[in-house]
Amino acid sequence: MTAMAALIRREFRLLWRRRAGLTQPLIFFALVCLLGPLGVNPGPNLLAAMAPALLWLAVLLASLLTLDRIFRDDVESGVMEVLLLSPLPLWMTVLAKALAHYLAVGGVFVVAAPLAAVVLGAPPASMLVICISVALGALSLTMLGTVGAALTVGQHNAGALLAILLLPLYVPVLIFGAGAIQAAGQGLPAAGPLYLLAAMAVLHLTIAPPAAAAALRIAYD
Amino acid sequence: MSNWVWFHRLASPPSFYRTAGKLQWWFGVPAALLMAYGLYGGLVLAPADYQQGEAFRIIYVHVPSAWLSLFVYTSMAVAGGVALIWRMKLAEIYVTAAAPLGASFTALALVTGMLWGKPMWGTYWVWDARLTSELILLFLYLGVMALGGAWDDPRRGARAASVLAVVGVINVPIVHYSVEWWNSLHQGPTVTKFDQPSIAAEMLWPLLAMALGFTLYFAAVQCTRMRAALIDRDRDARWLKQAWGRA
Repeated sequence: MTAMAALIRREFRLLWRRRAGLTQPLIFFALVCLLGPLGVNPGPNLLAAMAPALLWLAVLLASLLTLDRIFRDDVESGVMEVLLLSPLPLWMTVLAKALAHYLAVGGVFVVAAPLAAVVLGAPPASMLVICISVALGALSLTMLGTVGAALTVGQHNAGALLAILLLPLYVPVLIFGAGAIQAAGQGLPAAGPLYLLAAMAVLHLTIAPPAAAAALRIAYD
Repeated sequence: MSNWVWFHRLASPPSFYRTAGKLQWWFGVPAALLMAYGLYGGLVLAPADYQQGEAFRIIYVHVPSAWLSLFVYTSMAVAGGVALIWRMKLAEIYVTAAAPLGASFTALALVTGMLWGKPMWGTYWVWDARLTSELILLFLYLGVMALGGAWDDPRRGARAASVLAVVGVINVPIVHYSVEWWNSLHQGPTVTKFDQPSIAAEMLWPLLAMALGFTLYFAAVQCTRMRAALIDRDRDARWLKQAWGRA
């Protein structure tokens, strides 16, 4: 437990020292939200109808950009070998890195998404649902993304490959995340999709660390 | 333990190479016969559907392809699990050899579905639940293929693809039901209601023959592909030279 806490602290420190790894995806997120309305000639009705989907698409794409840094720096500097040899089980190492990544990136998007939603014309009543759906959905995204990042460790051009691997698996998060916001926007109860998002988050929290650990072992065989 | 001897024997490349060489014919010839009967029965003997007319005959290709698109992915995930747990080389080869076949069946199911959709629904594509999840399945196959081919060392690629197949198969039901929840227009199942199928017998038998024929065809081609992959990987091994009679 102390080892995991130390790892999480280390991850946070590294994230803070390399803030560009967080700010750049955030700017990208804002840009995608900006480009959506520019493409469709935005009447307020059309825009409000599109807002949930556009918001979640932006989160999906921006979170893809952040995944690279989960393992890359440690692999290039050789720290990964040390972590592999340490007595801490590899899945716990992976879990610590993924959780730190989730707390940082998920936290950023939880703050950014409602702001973007205001600009996109989503009704104010849905703000709380937007925050909860992003917080829950981002956990699934991070966990699946950790597996993807571990599978592509050592690839020089991992970006497109990562997108091909992960975007099909992100479909349920998009459907239920946008579904919850849509329901809230129409004044309907959004608890159903939110519960499903939570259930998926728990599932991915369970399966992702061992899968990512197996993927890392393949890379270092 | 002695019950497992055949399993261990099959897992060794030389004996698999020999067995698969015979199996491809044992699977392939019945597959050709069943598909010949299925096509004749389906396209010539079966009566036209009273609602859908002649266009319904596309199900003799569409349904078996759709069935195999799911079957192949599931079998890949099982093989991927075996490859990761017991580090069995042949199971890894199974995953990478099956992925393009599964992708082809998925593409075939999509294309035939679109051709059928034009006269029936008036459009090639609708964002219906089953169409969409089949399309997502195609991308899952493409992901496995892309990952398998991304490394210089084929063994590493195959093992990475195994992990992805296992993670993917856990997510396939979620993807399917999330898309279902999202939208559905596709007609309900007509064959699986076994007590009283809502399809006439002279239509059903050719369909079952085609489904079995497609499955055996997959098994035969999979044997051939795995043999080819073995030759490629073990090209300098002595057993291979012996198998070809030039030690």
